[in-house]
Amino acid sequence: MSAPAADIIDLLAGIGPADPLAAVRDQRAQARANAQRSFEALLEPTAPGTFPLAERYAVALFVARLHGFDAAEAFYGDLLGDEAPELEAVVADAATVAAATGPFGGYREPNLRGESAEGLRWSPDTATAQALGERLSAAFAHTHLLVFRPREARAEALQALVDAGWSADDIVSLSQLVAFLTFELRVAWGLRVLAAASAGATAVASTPAAVSAAVTEGA
Amino acid sequence: MTEIVTSYPELARPEEFTQQGLGWVPWLLPVAEEDLTDLQRDALIEPARTKMPYFRLLARDPEALRARTLTDLDIFYNVSGGIGRAERELAAAATSRHNGCVFCASVHAASATRESGREADIQRLLDEGTDADLGDETWNAVVAASVALADTPLAFGAADIARLRAAGLDDAEIVDVIGGAAFFNWANRLMLSLGEPEVPGRRVTR
Repeated sequence: MSAPAADIIDLLAGIGPADPLAAVRDQRAQARANAQRSFEALLEPTAPGTFPLAERYAVALFVARLHGFDAAEAFYGDLLGDEAPELEAVVADAATVAAATGPFGGYREPNLRGESAEGLRWSPDTATAQALGERLSAAFAHTHLLVFRPREARAEALQALVDAGWSADDIVSLSQLVAFLTFELRVAWGLRVLAAASAGATAVASTPAAVSAAVTEGA
Repeated sequence: MTEIVTSYPELARPEEFTQQGLGWVPWLLPVAEEDLTDLQRDALIEPARTKMPYFRLLARDPEALRARTLTDLDIFYNVSGGIGRAERELAAAATSRHNGCVFCASVHAASATRESGREADIQRLLDEGTDADLGDETWNAVVAASVALADTPLAFGAADIARLRAAGLDDAEIVDVIGGAAFFNWANRLMLSLGEPEVPGRRVTR
């Protein structure tokens, strides 16, 4: 598929060119343009190399679903559907089982251990790992770590990626992808909530109808 | 042959959140300074960053690094309109405190102190956590919004916007808070997962 021309954050936030928040975003035009370039670099790279688009979209859909953001689930689901439709249901099922509440996790710093908090530490079960394959299975376990308990990340987690065939370059790109998405989804969500608050007390942050309309327009 | 992943059994690690400067060591090999391509040097944006292992590690994906850095610089340093520098740094520090990034919190707590002169208030955020009363409602609202925005699944809502507005923020200022807080969800995850902080000057061995 060709790279989407639309600004992805506007699309996910449901902001049109004439909306007041579009003008507010223009005050940070460099940030806006480079959030879009980050999307392009990580999700529509001209040379994906040894980290193929199907893997990038599978990770993106997993991240979107863990965040519970309908518009992003629809958008990244479409991207994955174009590239590797057989993975869509696998990712959706994995995200359902992997649902957790973050940030949580244990602190390594001795004086912070009183703040350590427990939660679901997920990794793919045998059937999911088989459906995802070794590389993507390791990437999903790492993605779950980064999304929900980044404070528990250790060198051993990178070794698990290396053992599953990930190169150092691709580990950096995977880390950027997941980390960038946690930014992109929050900016879009925050703008959506702000727009709804401006539109009036009856507006809801994310209605299914608005979501599917926005995705249809932008796809 | 060189191992791909480096670990540091004897590192002098911080014991808590601090405004003191910390170092950071990478778990993957950064691109060596002399091996940086023109594209990678360009992606670093600031020449001084060729000395910093974190940025030379991110240079393994130069397009992503370049876009990340230009996003960062505009959100935090473009002072035409919007909220003040101190409040942007506060949003970064509060997000880092909530996610548990001791390194990021040290850098941006110190920046918030420098921009505001309110070292004791910032230290209270680090010592007591994001529920600490920082002495005025604007700062408390910025911290609360940053914390709400960091939670997964996404739960930041109308009440967070209402509190920011009640504290006197307009839409451009709120967009800056959202941008600064959201950006540190990106930054925290990179700094926490590609290496770790160290207390400089008393490293034991490598």
